[in-house]
Amino acid sequence: MRRLTHLERLEAESIHIMREVVAEATNPVMLYSVGKDSAVMLHLAKKAFYPSPPPFPLMHVDTTWKFKDMYALREKAAHDAGMELLVWQNPEAQERGINPFDHGALHTDMWKTQGLKQALDHHGFDAAFGGARRDEEKSRAKERIFSFRTASHGWDPKQQRPELWNLYNAKKAKGESIRVFPLSNWTELDIWQYIMAENIEIVPLYFAAPRPTYEYEGGLFMADDIERLEKVMGGKPEIVERSVRFRTLGCFPLTGAVESEASTLAEVVQEMLLTTTSERQGRTIDKDDGGAGMERKKQEGYF
Amino acid sequence: MDDTSYKTDALIADDIDAYLDQHQNKSLLRFITCGSVDDGKSTLIGRLLYDSKMIFEDQLAALESDSKKVGTQGQDIDFALLVDGLAAEREQGITIDVAYRFFATEKRKFIVADTPGHEQYTRNMVTGASTADCAVILVDARKGVLVQTRRHSYLAHLLGIKHLVLAVNKMDLVEYDQATFDAIVADYSAFAEEIGIEGFTATPISGFKGDNITAAPSPNTAWYDGPSLVDHLETIEIANVAAQEKPFRMPVQWVNRPNLDFRGFSGLIGNGSVKTGDAVRIVPSGKTSTVKSIVTYDGELDKAVAGQSVTITLADEVDCSRGDVIAAADNPPEASDQFEATLVWMDEEALKPGRGYWLKLASQMVTATIQEPKYEINVNSLEQLAAKTLRLNSIGVAELHTERPIIFEAYTDSRALGGFILIDKITNATVGAGMLHFSLRRASNVHWQATTITRDQHADLKNQKPRVLWFTGLSGSGKSTIANAVEQRLNMMNRHTFLLDGDNVRHGLNKDLGFTEADRIENIRRVGEVAKLMTDAGLIVLTAFISPFRAERDLVRAMMEDCEFIEIFVDTPLEVAEQRDVKGLYKKARSGQLKNFTGIDSPYEEPEAPEIRVNTIEMTVEEAADHIIRQILPLK
Repeated sequence: MRRLTHLERLEAESIHIMREVVAEATNPVMLYSVGKDSAVMLHLAKKAFYPSPPPFPLMHVDTTWKFKDMYALREKAAHDAGMELLVWQNPEAQERGINPFDHGALHTDMWKTQGLKQALDHHGFDAAFGGARRDEEKSRAKERIFSFRTASHGWDPKQQRPELWNLYNAKKAKGESIRVFPLSNWTELDIWQYIMAENIEIVPLYFAAPRPTYEYEGGLFMADDIERLEKVMGGKPEIVERSVRFRTLGCFPLTGAVESEASTLAEVVQEMLLTTTSERQGRTIDKDDGGAGMERKKQEGYF
Repeated sequence: MDDTSYKTDALIADDIDAYLDQHQNKSLLRFITCGSVDDGKSTLIGRLLYDSKMIFEDQLAALESDSKKVGTQGQDIDFALLVDGLAAEREQGITIDVAYRFFATEKRKFIVADTPGHEQYTRNMVTGASTADCAVILVDARKGVLVQTRRHSYLAHLLGIKHLVLAVNKMDLVEYDQATFDAIVADYSAFAEEIGIEGFTATPISGFKGDNITAAPSPNTAWYDGPSLVDHLETIEIANVAAQEKPFRMPVQWVNRPNLDFRGFSGLIGNGSVKTGDAVRIVPSGKTSTVKSIVTYDGELDKAVAGQSVTITLADEVDCSRGDVIAAADNPPEASDQFEATLVWMDEEALKPGRGYWLKLASQMVTATIQEPKYEINVNSLEQLAAKTLRLNSIGVAELHTERPIIFEAYTDSRALGGFILIDKITNATVGAGMLHFSLRRASNVHWQATTITRDQHADLKNQKPRVLWFTGLSGSGKSTIANAVEQRLNMMNRHTFLLDGDNVRHGLNKDLGFTEADRIENIRRVGEVAKLMTDAGLIVLTAFISPFRAERDLVRAMMEDCEFIEIFVDTPLEVAEQRDVKGLYKKARSGQLKNFTGIDSPYEEPEAPEIRVNTIEMTVEEAADHIIRQILPLK
């Protein structure tokens, strides 16, 4: 008799999910955002198919506004896993110079929501792994592990397929696709504990270090690419070096930094547990449209 | 509230490493909460999240402001607002789907399936219950055991949940009265016994005030001597552990083949445990081997148990692919293609008896047809009702048939090999779920025994390729005569043959069968099985049967190896056959003495693309036989 720990059971479930997708989908892909959840998901993929490399590519839907450290780890992680790395940048957003300062919500819509749809259509992927968790946000709590999307990538919360036992229905018509969330049942603390237990490499930005920062509309941000900031903001913001870290990672002008001295995993987890604001608060995506922001975005095809 | 929270804040602040160490090795319990609309289910879950500090300050601020705006608790915090997710249901003030919540204590991580209590949402509760080890059944202390309470308990029991907790909620509204609590427990006990629930734990609580949630007894219920709800949930045995005691089963999900030197079988162990060197049997093939290694990314394991995802390599080169099950060699699961099962219908479009649905069980996917239900179960009264179909949210018992045998166990023995879903082949929707009771075939206990001498060796010794020459045509078309002539020629060529003739078989093997459509189908099925055995023995089999239905001929074709089934259409027009009337049968049929006679009052479906066609008007028997022989050369 061997009592499995909660992390062992979560790991086994995620691996089972990934293998089901590979067995039943024609052309799967793993969406990779370079964040800590993506890092865990990628690590689980390596485990699921070992000694084979994961039998699908990694894809990053890029906004061109990510932190430099993220781009560096992206290349390394794909290489270490023996996987092909696909990068998609929405050509229309590129052409129109869409940026987080001038275009607000359009920035996320064009680069991420539209970009993701384009990338999936372009490559003809019929199943895409994503690192979303049910504990992140209220509408996520009800999302299935296999989330079915129409040919236009729409999500209808009323038309979701019931999911019983560990039997996933991956059947779909031509053109339709499935988003698969192998980390559905993980919490933020589970993710951190697993990173620690498995020694998973994550972007150094999660750890506190002296970094050039500026304040903007009440938030604290890192000046990751000062020249580019100047160009878009029409002037140089006041830059102050502070010891900061990030609880989530996205586009550097949109991802709020927190002042912190936590420079080890244990300290980061300690800070996370003692902190009194929830994870997504640093990001602006949930706030518009009352509490239903994420739900509406998902209906339109956001991951 | 702080004194009842389960998170040791002090440890986090003072010794984070000790805290992490403690939390690294928690177990995981999945449970479901069920209650009627106003039983306070969302409030209870909100409370559990709140007390385990799964709510952050910003969420709390939002909760407080929302509570004032739309809350139902006056100026107090409405915990229900924490867990009601989607916009549509927020407006309606009800939860309409299954939501999963997470909280942790020092001992356990919990996943809560939060399902609605509404009449029309059996589907959601069954979904939530399918992965739960425990069900918390909420009862409003003011209302007692309701119809919904019975329904929820029945569904939890049906889905095989072994641990039931009767949480008598809103005790604050009945002045924490022990007599009220005792009466509800007595009432529930009687019902539980009636439906076969072996035991349950009852706890008086107030989700709103927090009594007996994390610490017991609450000062308000000094008379209560049981554990708090959370204490109890922390000590329940996890189903996963019990599953390790059962015989080993691992449904194969995926064959891992990175190069020619490695061939591993990946899967989630459903039951039991496995060690290197264990004897295993691959079902359905029946081949045995031993476990060479248990491979994981973190190195090889000596042993793996139910609940782990692993990759197994075997000592022998045996066929094994997705859908197969690797099992304990001395105690493998059965295979069958006819079952009785309980079905839960989950789609707006009602069950269509006889229609083919995809059935997914473990990693097996087959076409299944479902008979008219034997009965439907009224989930409120538990009465059995006559039913022709099952509609959304109805539950019934029916027989089902799969197009090929599947490996299974009774649901009560194994969730992994007894639970299945049904998928509509056109819409791809998951339309139903089911739990297998037992196989309807007596043969299901017979395992496929792998033999050492293969069919190829049988055939090689006879210097021939096994075949089935399947003659089909109207009565009197000349099937038997031509088949006989073909067999004579093959015999002259030193080939090993056997002629199965319709009339002869009906004297023995099939003498219990008549000429109804059902009996004709069974007649052909049996002949197909016999022909199949004879080809396994290496013979060239000739069969002369009217075999009027295309579906059955195709069925036999599907039983044979590729290219072994040769359909020979003995093409004689009805009027010619009737004119010949060698056996005088057409005359009898015309006069009504013979019923169900092919061509007269029972149809003959001509082959659409037979391998060989012989026209008996243009060809003599000798010419037809020579033509057939030429078509089937070479014989080896």
